[in-house]
Amino acid sequence: MKRIALRFLSLLICLLLWHLASSNQVDLGFVSFKQLPSPEQVSSEALDLIHSKKFLAHLNASILRVLSGFCLATVVGISLGLSIGRFAWASNFLLPPLEMLRPIPAVAWIPLAILMFPSSEVSMIFITFIGALFPILLNTIHGVEAIDQRLIAAARSLGCKRGTLFYEIIIPAAASNIFTGLAIGMGTAWFCLVSAEMIAGQFGLGYYTWSSYTIQNYPAIVVGMLLIGLLGMASSLLIRYVARLVMPWQTLVVKRNG
Amino acid sequence: MVDQGCFEISRLSIRLGLGKQAFTAVENVSFSNQPGEFICILGPSGCGKSTLLSTMAGHVASSQGAIKLDGQLITKPNADIGLVFQQHSLFPWQRVIDNVAFGLKMRGINKSERHRQAREMLELVGLSGFEQHYPAQLSGGMQQRVEIARVLINTPKVILMDEPFGALDAQTRLSMQQFLLSVWEGIKTSVIFITHDIEEALFLADRLLIMSQRPGRFIEEIPLDFARPRTTELLATPRFVQLKQHCLTVLQSQNHL
Repeated sequence: MKRIALRFLSLLICLLLWHLASSNQVDLGFVSFKQLPSPEQVSSEALDLIHSKKFLAHLNASILRVLSGFCLATVVGISLGLSIGRFAWASNFLLPPLEMLRPIPAVAWIPLAILMFPSSEVSMIFITFIGALFPILLNTIHGVEAIDQRLIAAARSLGCKRGTLFYEIIIPAAASNIFTGLAIGMGTAWFCLVSAEMIAGQFGLGYYTWSSYTIQNYPAIVVGMLLIGLLGMASSLLIRYVARLVMPWQTLVVKRNG
Repeated sequence: MVDQGCFEISRLSIRLGLGKQAFTAVENVSFSNQPGEFICILGPSGCGKSTLLSTMAGHVASSQGAIKLDGQLITKPNADIGLVFQQHSLFPWQRVIDNVAFGLKMRGINKSERHRQAREMLELVGLSGFEQHYPAQLSGGMQQRVEIARVLINTPKVILMDEPFGALDAQTRLSMQQFLLSVWEGIKTSVIFITHDIEEALFLADRLLIMSQRPGRFIEEIPLDFARPRTTELLATPRFVQLKQHCLTVLQSQNHL
């Protein structure tokens, strides 16, 4: 109870500070809140948006893009990560190009993506994919490399064949790291999607936010930002929830009997 | 189990490491065991005894000589050679019952049958009622019991144990030694047990092999004919104390080299 109260209190304080800053038109010289829309303006703008027909279209567009990019990154990241972590040849063969591509921010891919893909839709999904891929890939590799070798030895001595080893030992043993990668990847997926939508989108929350700026609808900018934050948070919570479902042993209350 | 679980090791050498860091861990070791015999290998830490055991389990390749189990050359791990580690190697994501039943699953036995056998095995090691626990919820001694149950369910021809009680406190260690002997007297599988604890080795073994400092060689062999079943009273008998002193002298002579 106390925990929840504290969390609400912190949100309330943020809201209050925002309200004070915008209603008093605070100008600190290096940063000015004169143009900042107030919480009241923003919430009425949010209500308008929710009642408008475009709201679902924006929401759908963004969620679909994030999901496609993220799922693709999950499949590719985990399967590449498992092979690179497990087999020296895969590591030697696949890691050099990946290591070179990794430092390139996903946003820097936008121009090339627009040139490479037939539709802006696919190019935005690609940007999201790139953003989510590396956290998933690297955490999976790390997870596999960090596996206690004795677990593998024990499994082999209990009659586990090399082929079954992946399913029986490697994947469950690396699961916690893989989920860390998925949670980080989900965050970067949203981050990259919004950047891509600002440049190439026709719908979506990033597009909504940026187009509100160009038509000088300032409260809508904040609505877009808050929605992005909310959806990012919700998807992280979803991943944490799935992780707890899939890995019940990770959240044990250790009660020792005798 | 009769006439099974016989290792024949002849002129075995094991080199580890690569390039300039390569070293000989075990040098020119030969020995064999009787079916159902309990052998303890005693040696100072770092003498290569664990490496020897890993090679016998098929996890490390030898560089010279051969290891045969019942006439078959050992080249890779298999379920006939059970392996127990110092720190438990239970799968943290599996409940106790599934850990114990793992070997049966690998043989393709269906779930209800393997759970039935696993429950029996857990009863044998005194852990009925802990089927649904995860390994992290058990104490160190209980974890080792599960580990032993998981190996026993495969009815291995031989069990290799690498200081299995080394991480336990003295009290638990003693009760685990008695537990192991009582289980072993029921099944009489061959056991090769590694330890650096002289008392443990003397208490458990039919035959004791003492290893030198690295590169490990056998420097002494002591047959132990204490009557079985053995109890803790054995620890205070003059013969036991005298042998303990002797082993200590042999091991200490190694330190001066």
